[in-house]
Amino acid sequence: MKVGLIINPIAGMGGSVGLKGTDGEEILKRARELGAEESANYRTLETLRELKKVDSEFTLCTPSGKMGETAAIQCGYNPNVVYRINKTSSCKDTMEAAKTLIQKGVDILLFAGGDGTARDIYSAIGDTCVVLGIPCGVKMHSGVYASHPITAAEIVTSYLKSESKQIVEAEVIDLDEEAYRSDQIATKLYGYLKIPLAPRLTQGVKSRSQASDTNIQRAIAKHVIKYMEEDCFYLIGPGSTTRTVMNELKLPNTLLGVDLIKNRKLIGLDLSEEGIINLIGNSKTKVVVTPIGGQGFIFGRGNQQISPTILRQIGKGNIIIVATQSKLYSLGGIPLRVDTGDIGIDNLLSGYYKIITGLNETVVYNAGV
Amino acid sequence: MRKTKVKVHPYIPNSAPEVKQAMLKEIGIKKVDELYNEIPSKIRFKGKLNIPDGIESEFALKRHVETILAKNTSCVDNLSFLGGGVANHYVPVICDEVNSRAEFLTAYAGEPYEDHGRFQSLWEFQSLMAELLDVEVVSVPTFDGAQAASSSIGMIRRYTGRDEILISDTTSPDRLAVIQNYCHPMIKITMVKHNVKTGMMDIEDLKQKMTKNVAGIYFENPSYLGFIETEGKEISKIVHKNGGKVIVYADPISLGVLTPPSNYGADITCGEIQPLGLHINYGGATGGYIGVNDDPKLVQEYPWRLFGIDKTEVEGEWGFGDVLYDDRTSFGNRETGKDYVGTASALWGITAGVYLALMGPEGMKEVGTVIMQRSQYAAKKISGIKGIKAPAIDSPFFKEFIVDFNKTGKTVSQINKALEKKGIFGGKDLSKEFKELGQSALFCITEENTKEDIDRLVSELKNIIK
Amino acid sequence: MSADIKSKLRKFHQAKWDEQLIFELDTPGERGIIVGGVEDEIEKQIGNGFANLPTGMKRKKSPALPEVGQMRVLKHYLRLSQHTLGADLNVDIGQGTCTVKYSPKINETIARNHKATKLHPWQDESQVQGALEILYKLNEYLSELSGLDHFTIQPPSGSAAIFTMASIVQKYHEVRGEADQRDEIITTIFSHPSDYSAVALKGYKVTMLYHDPKTGVPSAEALRAAISERTAAIFITNPEDTGIYNPEIPEFTKIAHEAGALCCYDQANANGLLGITRAKEAGFDMCFFNLHKTFSTPHGCGGPATGAMGVTKALKEFLPAPYVEKKKGTYTLNYNLKHSIGKVRSFYGVFPVALKAYSWLRSLGAEGIREASEVAVLNNNYLLTHIKKIKGAEAPYAKGKHRIEQVRYSWEKLFKETGVNTEDVTLRMCDFGFHLWSSHHPFIIPQPFTIEPTESYSKAELDEYLNALRHIAKEAYDKPDFVKKAPYNSVVHRINHDSFDDPKKWAITWRLYKKKHLNQN
Repeated sequence: MKVGLIINPIAGMGGSVGLKGTDGEEILKRARELGAEESANYRTLETLRELKKVDSEFTLCTPSGKMGETAAIQCGYNPNVVYRINKTSSCKDTMEAAKTLIQKGVDILLFAGGDGTARDIYSAIGDTCVVLGIPCGVKMHSGVYASHPITAAEIVTSYLKSESKQIVEAEVIDLDEEAYRSDQIATKLYGYLKIPLAPRLTQGVKSRSQASDTNIQRAIAKHVIKYMEEDCFYLIGPGSTTRTVMNELKLPNTLLGVDLIKNRKLIGLDLSEEGIINLIGNSKTKVVVTPIGGQGFIFGRGNQQISPTILRQIGKGNIIIVATQSKLYSLGGIPLRVDTGDIGIDNLLSGYYKIITGLNETVVYNAGV
Repeated sequence: MRKTKVKVHPYIPNSAPEVKQAMLKEIGIKKVDELYNEIPSKIRFKGKLNIPDGIESEFALKRHVETILAKNTSCVDNLSFLGGGVANHYVPVICDEVNSRAEFLTAYAGEPYEDHGRFQSLWEFQSLMAELLDVEVVSVPTFDGAQAASSSIGMIRRYTGRDEILISDTTSPDRLAVIQNYCHPMIKITMVKHNVKTGMMDIEDLKQKMTKNVAGIYFENPSYLGFIETEGKEISKIVHKNGGKVIVYADPISLGVLTPPSNYGADITCGEIQPLGLHINYGGATGGYIGVNDDPKLVQEYPWRLFGIDKTEVEGEWGFGDVLYDDRTSFGNRETGKDYVGTASALWGITAGVYLALMGPEGMKEVGTVIMQRSQYAAKKISGIKGIKAPAIDSPFFKEFIVDFNKTGKTVSQINKALEKKGIFGGKDLSKEFKELGQSALFCITEENTKEDIDRLVSELKNIIK
Repeated sequence: MSADIKSKLRKFHQAKWDEQLIFELDTPGERGIIVGGVEDEIEKQIGNGFANLPTGMKRKKSPALPEVGQMRVLKHYLRLSQHTLGADLNVDIGQGTCTVKYSPKINETIARNHKATKLHPWQDESQVQGALEILYKLNEYLSELSGLDHFTIQPPSGSAAIFTMASIVQKYHEVRGEADQRDEIITTIFSHPSDYSAVALKGYKVTMLYHDPKTGVPSAEALRAAISERTAAIFITNPEDTGIYNPEIPEFTKIAHEAGALCCYDQANANGLLGITRAKEAGFDMCFFNLHKTFSTPHGCGGPATGAMGVTKALKEFLPAPYVEKKKGTYTLNYNLKHSIGKVRSFYGVFPVALKAYSWLRSLGAEGIREASEVAVLNNNYLLTHIKKIKGAEAPYAKGKHRIEQVRYSWEKLFKETGVNTEDVTLRMCDFGFHLWSSHHPFIIPQPFTIEPTESYSKAELDEYLNALRHIAKEAYDKPDFVKKAPYNSVVHRINHDSFDDPKKWAITWRLYKKKHLNQN
């Protein structure tokens, strides 16, 4: 078996010196000037050492030097170096290395980094290979990381050993770093990577399994469908939870776009604001959305097509929010956010919502600007 | 108001004033009352509770409670022929010895490490019961047989996706009341008739009612009225043919000699473990069991904990843990939990395990045989009394049988009152539960009822009837 | 004595008998107990007893139970008992939400009297006046503690009491003709999973209020947003497992009543509130107490238990039957309740548990009960004061406020900084003779642990427990790998969990183990 490993050596550097990310040459330079040290390597060592403790037999394939080789050797591996880097590495190296590792047929690709790295991996390989993030970045809003470097090793071990090799989709989300550095939050959903279904590592602490989350998404979709009104338009926003509604109805759909249905039939795919307005006119319309990522945005991120104009017409009472309970817990209690660019509509849409979290099950949760 | 003298209760060590002061100081407050600041004053209870003052001395407390208990007449004081759900079976002293152990008595929900013994003894209960029932999977016990029956119905409802259940109309009324509340309003209950002469299920009625909307059938064997249902195979065939499941409620103490329901087609065997080493306790020491074969889809429908065994990281060690905990039980996950699960009857489960370990295959055969012989002897002798017929339903029975007093001109109530005066608890009065039986009573014979006891009953009955 | 951080930790090792499974002790021919055969005379008259039985109903193959001599069976189970860490041995404060307190031995002695153990439920009322008197008086005391009017001990657990309350809610609206309209129950996300699952079993839609991230409790405003003419009832726990008292509770019950809904109080966490505040004044229509927890009867490895449930006068006729009453000095069982939901357990409930609860209440009396509550709360806040200072431990929500009888803490900081998670800590606690429980669903607080000291443990014992927590937290920072391999002094080492979720491997019984892992049938 082969395990691929890519370290983004500069991941996390910005965080230690308050730069909220390390994307781009300029920021990196400033980080270095401020005395930031490379820590991705250190965290990766934790994972590699843990992996070494269990005797799973695999070949570690890495790029050269700081992007994997050095760490591997340090932990007693004899890595198969498949990609050469120059003295300094860049995001281009991450992408090229990822492509090469896929060509070499790795069973799983481990990468050490944050949301920027995850985005690079996603744009290079999409969902062609199972991956897992070692959490090293400043920004980690994506769902692709293990909760701890040691946990990453446990997940990989279990995945390699398992016969069924169950996987789940995890969000790749990144912030606009410019906005983030000036304390504005602007997340974007870039897509989904495939990660292993985390094994139940423990009996005592029972975190909800991702497998049951899939079942719960289905239950949520059943609820939405069960209470659908006749002759009413339903706008289905982006995200895997909302997509389940379309899947349950056996309708074609877009994961990142906004689709429109009526009487359980597809009316439009991947619509723009104009497209939506043209199709719904003045008819009764409901919108189904799910909070994206760790920031809990329900409007204004990744679904700008559902514009203030449209939302004003639809009204708060016709907004259907769906989310698994684990997604809600991951928000750590912060309210859902609305940021449509129109403060009037944002205020209008604030307040409590009954979020659908299962079949015949709702959670009352607050939304704010 | 408090009396000035501070009383330090032996159960509350930190009410000692010096200790209390030291603790208040460390918390940084003056009075305990400050800890209740969050409770609005309008809902603080300000009066004195109308509960008697504490009984301080241990012997006075013991005397107080025992004085009340002395008003009871127990089945030690009297000879008992009561059954109908629980019965006065013999409890081996080892059973009491084990369930009196402080460790078992006071443990609760430890990890499979510090509570290894709790996990092992409950896993052994599952395993021993599985042998008795001839099935592959048994859970830890639930509250009682009625809950086991109810949850079995819930299991097959979810399994089949059908919302109607057939129930034999000879089912125990007490149990049926629990089942009815459990099912209401999600599951429709349809009663299936029995043959009045034989007590057996009315097969034609079953055929008519066993439609494609029906999840399956529930019946008891031996039945509440004592007789043994001999058409189990035929019933199962009809139900299975229509895609339903068969639930049989069986008395576990009968299974050393009677065919286990799984052998005649039961998909679920359920029942009450009280006969296996538990005192009757006014009906308060009960535990329900559910046994199935290892069909993962059905196992997935168990609402309670299932313990599993595996190795530990050290060679030769057994370790235990919860099987399919996360998505199956509401402890693991409230949304996908199948049913509610709570603190049930673990101590009684351990005890039933001890009972089966003591009895072994020979013991179970012995106890079943002796009950069959003595109950038939009792029925025969009672039936010999002029005006009394026993059993009233002419079918083979296990430990209980109906005694028909209709021709004696006396009510069951009168007869039982008279028996009571002679130190005997007669059979359970059926005149209200099964009106068609008129003045009849359900008598129960356990291994504790010797020939001498039975002869005494018969002679007293003769005196009363004449 | 003051808390001495340097005081020594126990050099504990749990008993380790390396005990085999009962099936491995099987020695064909041995007997554990003899039941004895039937008298000759009966044998003569009846024969073997199977003459009338159709052959298909006679068991052919004996059950494959082990054959083990009596002393060995006894030894086996005594060894297993020594592999179990009950409250009588442990400072059992690590199982929060469960109120593991001292179960006085005298109550156990009383409950093993044949005048209790050998009563049959179908005995005539005249023969069980003592038992009925105990039930009647216990119900009276519980009514007084809650302020509600009528109690029943029929529900066999707290969860069963929740189910009973849901049944009554349903029947109540049926009688009023509103059952179809009122199809929703509101509870909170921090309430016990049974507040969800038991009402869902009755077909209700469930709405859960999320708490305010600062106060840790749901707000009346959230309830207002949720309530409607579809609401059948609210099911509220207060305090929830966080130990935070929700001061807006009177507002909650007011809002619910105005909407025509009933108010049900899950009092699983009543141990700090007996004699302090009651269901009645807070505006509830129903409530229940866990007798095996708050009233000490004890836990028995997970039952027997009782969820004694009370209602207001208006709901008396809905109670499960029978209801214990006193008429002309005689105690009697009343089956004639006009709107009774029927039954939730066979017979009358778990009598021995009720008996022990009665005895416990009588030993404490009105003052002692209140003192128990106060000391339970004192103990809890004492622990909170010290646990907050342990590096890696946190007490989320309600900063700077006191808690009632328990606190749900978090090791999230410890985990993030050392990789040592709650389970690792719980397993390391075994090495010092302690139990530390994580939590059950929902897992909102990451890396949770919940501690409820009750009134039973002395300050010195609380200090000893604190020392162990401090010691392990320090170990986590100094040598995390060491903690992650615990336990070292327990009965067994880390268990391989892989098989427990795998249908091909799970071994729920010995029979399945032999089939799947030893290839025996």
